[in-house]
Amino acid sequence: MAITGLFLITFLIVHCGINALIFFNDGGESFNKGAEFMGTNPLIRTMEIVLFIGLILHIVKGFSLWKQNNNARPIKYAVQNGAANSKWYSRSMGILGTLLLMFLIIHLRHFWVISRFTDEITSGKETLFNEMKEVFEHLWIVVLYVLAMVSLAYHLMHGFQSAFQTLGLNHKKYTPLIKGVGFWFSIIIPFIFAMMPIAMHFDFIK
Amino acid sequence: MSKLDAKIPEGQLETKWTKFKSSVPLVNPANKRSLEIIIVGSGLAGSAAAASLAELGYKVKVFCFQDSPRRAHSIAAQGGINAAKNYQNDGDSVYRLFYDTIKGGDYRAREANVHRLAEVSGNIIDQCVAQGVPFAREYGGLLSNRSFGGTQVQRTFYAAGQTGQQLLLGAYSSLERQIGMGAVQMFSRHEMLDIVNVDGVCRGIIARDLVTGKLERHFGHAVLLCSGGYGNVFYLSTNAMGSNVTAAWKAHKQGAFFGNPCYTQIHPTCIPVSGDHQSKLTLMSESLRNDGRIWVPKQKDDQRKPIDIPEEERDYYLERRYPAFGNLVPRDVASRAAKERCDAGYGVGSSKMAVYLDFTFNMDRYGKIEVTKHNIHNADAATIRKLGKEVVKEKYGNLFDMYKQITGEDPYEMPMRIYPAVHYTMGGLWVDYNLMTTVPGLYALGEANFSDHGANRLGASALMQGLADGYFVIPYTIGSYLSNEIRTKAISTDHEAFVVAENKVKESINKLLTINGTKSVDHFHKRLGKIMWDKCGMARNEKGLKEAIEEIKSLRTEFWKDVRVTGTADEFNPELEKAGRVADFIELGELMCVDALTRNESCGGHFREEYQTEEGEALRDDVNFAFVSAWEYKGEGNFELHKEELKYENIKIAARSYK
Amino acid sequence: MSGNMNLTLKVWRQKNTKTNGELVDYKVNEISPDMSFLEMFDVLNEKLITEGKDPIAFDHDCREGICGMCSMHINGRPHGPLQGVTTCQLHMRSFKDGDTIVVEPWRAQAFPVIKDLAVNRSAFDRIIAAGGYVSINTGNAQDANNLPISKDNADEAFAAAACIGCGACVAACKNASAMLFVSAKVSQLSLLPQGQPEKQSRVINMVAQMDAEGFGSCTNTGACEAECPKGISLSNIARMNREFIGAELGSEKY
Repeated sequence: MAITGLFLITFLIVHCGINALIFFNDGGESFNKGAEFMGTNPLIRTMEIVLFIGLILHIVKGFSLWKQNNNARPIKYAVQNGAANSKWYSRSMGILGTLLLMFLIIHLRHFWVISRFTDEITSGKETLFNEMKEVFEHLWIVVLYVLAMVSLAYHLMHGFQSAFQTLGLNHKKYTPLIKGVGFWFSIIIPFIFAMMPIAMHFDFIK
Repeated sequence: MSKLDAKIPEGQLETKWTKFKSSVPLVNPANKRSLEIIIVGSGLAGSAAAASLAELGYKVKVFCFQDSPRRAHSIAAQGGINAAKNYQNDGDSVYRLFYDTIKGGDYRAREANVHRLAEVSGNIIDQCVAQGVPFAREYGGLLSNRSFGGTQVQRTFYAAGQTGQQLLLGAYSSLERQIGMGAVQMFSRHEMLDIVNVDGVCRGIIARDLVTGKLERHFGHAVLLCSGGYGNVFYLSTNAMGSNVTAAWKAHKQGAFFGNPCYTQIHPTCIPVSGDHQSKLTLMSESLRNDGRIWVPKQKDDQRKPIDIPEEERDYYLERRYPAFGNLVPRDVASRAAKERCDAGYGVGSSKMAVYLDFTFNMDRYGKIEVTKHNIHNADAATIRKLGKEVVKEKYGNLFDMYKQITGEDPYEMPMRIYPAVHYTMGGLWVDYNLMTTVPGLYALGEANFSDHGANRLGASALMQGLADGYFVIPYTIGSYLSNEIRTKAISTDHEAFVVAENKVKESINKLLTINGTKSVDHFHKRLGKIMWDKCGMARNEKGLKEAIEEIKSLRTEFWKDVRVTGTADEFNPELEKAGRVADFIELGELMCVDALTRNESCGGHFREEYQTEEGEALRDDVNFAFVSAWEYKGEGNFELHKEELKYENIKIAARSYK
Repeated sequence: MSGNMNLTLKVWRQKNTKTNGELVDYKVNEISPDMSFLEMFDVLNEKLITEGKDPIAFDHDCREGICGMCSMHINGRPHGPLQGVTTCQLHMRSFKDGDTIVVEPWRAQAFPVIKDLAVNRSAFDRIIAAGGYVSINTGNAQDANNLPISKDNADEAFAAAACIGCGACVAACKNASAMLFVSAKVSQLSLLPQGQPEKQSRVINMVAQMDAEGFGSCTNTGACEAECPKGISLSNIARMNREFIGAELGSEKY
């Protein structure tokens, strides 16, 4: 989980960076260039496959972990006061992850399928920027995206520092640093992502 | 007259053990594989013996009543383990450890055994360090030592206040290694309920699987009882709830003599009893006496808070009476002194049965050292106290926390209240130099035997003895017996002796379950404890002991008429386990009183009020009582005394003085 | 006596491993705040015995917080509401008059219930038997001071070795994972020079046994550390992960 998780975290940085180009508010020009680069560069295309492998591994491993851990306690407690000893989101990675998976399916359907499996964008009929504008016209989609980003924030808040612990990095000096970086990362990245549909919907970006 | 042969090797004291080791018959590795050894108990002695014997190649079976061998009560020993390493360059030596132990035992221990103990003490530390036991260390990376009662050198090795735990986990890990390798078969949640003798030789045991209730027969060429002490005869003691005498007592009833049953160690620093509901007492390590000063108010029934009583109105009675050893006098002396003050009406706390253990003086002393170390000039009293508190916290933090948890009082602010409590039993099955009891093939190790501590055990010596017996004595001495057993084929557990023994056990269990009386097992245990504590406790006298014997006899009759044991024999039934143990404690209690009544002298843990000096010190009678009492069981309430004379060839026997 | 409490207990009763259990209500009266939690159970059992009922089976032995035998899950937490203590050290002053207290056994696939509140924790022994030792036969040791060990390392090894094997970590973990227990032993020995020769095989074998026993996996919630009565640190788990990755990558065995 840790290795794939950290790998997905690096993807988030790239994804967030490219998408943040919309905030230049230049009618999507920089963003479309960025998207085109990402869509045509052979290295990136290869990485896309790796990314999917990573994602699938993360999901499969996540489900098998959930199953194994569920089996490890066949009879549950009548009363369990988890709040006394741990954070709710650290105990809810499976649920948060499942929510994210459902979001991902919708998200991929919205953008990735269009850009890869139709000629809408390659033919120049449509730009990805316009596609975004269109999708985010619906308020419920915006709400859905924002909620998904909240899930992502909590998923990261545990996952970021947890990955380091799993890889054996726990150090009196560095762990507080990792935890600090992890905390801010978990807030900033999902926040930027969440701002995209909001900005689009309310026409802050034209 | 005496049937007892201690089998002490001839020769100079210093060379007895070495010579013994090099001349004891050996068993060759091929034969070891077919020799089976049963070990009952998995504490320091049991685990150490099991691991060491399995390493040698014997087939070993280990039994413990707990859910894991790691739970044995050795785990609770706090303070430390003695060894004559002389790492501190303060004049320690094998001879001095030997001498201190004999003197601490009030000249009632066997010279040869104690010298052997002192000789192997250093090996124990080496062995434990090699196993990864994390003893306390100095900044230079070498081992640290502290002092304990009854000695003037620093020879105690420790791991914070959890030395017993660390040593036991070391032995346990060695045992688990052998279990993992298949060399030891472990039977946890099993209780030994009888030994099986065939033609006068011990050949096995009957054990009950505590989970299913099934009785099992196990054969062994030799049986080692490492089942600990019997302090729980007093109901309230620092022993674990499950600690019991059953294994030793069953062996006693099958012919093993019981040595010095009346020698009981009452530990001076325990948390006082708080109410009727109390199920056990908690020890505060003797190491606290390194830095705590014991006192009572000079004025009777002083109602002031201890911190409000000025220095000159405090009676530091140990420092007053024993200036040379002060607060570090041996346990028996410290306990009696506390009792004397409380009986005289100077006790403190709501029960008036407690004295203060006060750390303020040494907190300030450490604080001043810290101030100097950190070059703080003109430090105020609060800073000094604060820094001193940190030093004390580092040394005894876990004990202070434990005290606070139990009493609800903060010992950093208020002196601890302490009172003596039953802690250890020096008595146990009589064994010879080889640790064999009077039943051939049956051995007793650790606290279960009587051997090395005489009438009083010094602090930090129990761990030493348990591990010495297990790691370094039995692997050699058992050879002298087993070398003659190589032709003995494993006896089938269908042998008549096994059948008879099992039926006897079954019968006694059925009897307990069918009485169906009105009172719980604990009810009887508490009553027995009260008789024992009042009449065979810290101070004993002829009248009280005679009364106690009668009271115990009638308690036994009542028990077998009116005890209620719920549940059935073929299930997990802790009440049934307790009932069997209490039945044995009742019988043992009687023997302890008989022994105490016979010993017309005061020595170590046995203080007869009739035999004391004008100053209230114990008065030994070396002319008439320099012997080990070994009791033979002759039927219910009937015991015959055998004496093993104690010869002191190397130490001049003298009145014990700590002044 | 004033200050005494009347309480309602809901206790898990289960006849043996094979049968199903249920929570049963009991009332206890006049409980002194100075009693320990287990002494309160003694009082209840005494009452049950006089009523001719089956007393509640629970594991306990030393009653001073070191043997690791006591194991009650009290109001949703192993060893009850206080941190850093075992059930036997928990006193009734931590509760108030009229409270309802739910008491359950440790719950884990690897810790089957024997009866009522007593569970079988022998899985822990088997994990230790798989590698939680230094292979040194009696009598082979060199002088103890020939091997200086830095005080910091010795102290840290001691802190890990302070584990009492009670299983509260497993009981607290939502995954019933035994990582804290296993890592404490791995850490103790890997911090000391004595543990070095068997470093790789130890961690691999102990982890394999842990998995075979059916414990869950660690998801780093930190519940184990928070509930451990001896304050065993999560850093031990990280150390074990490090050792494990190193051993897996570094070892030439398959």
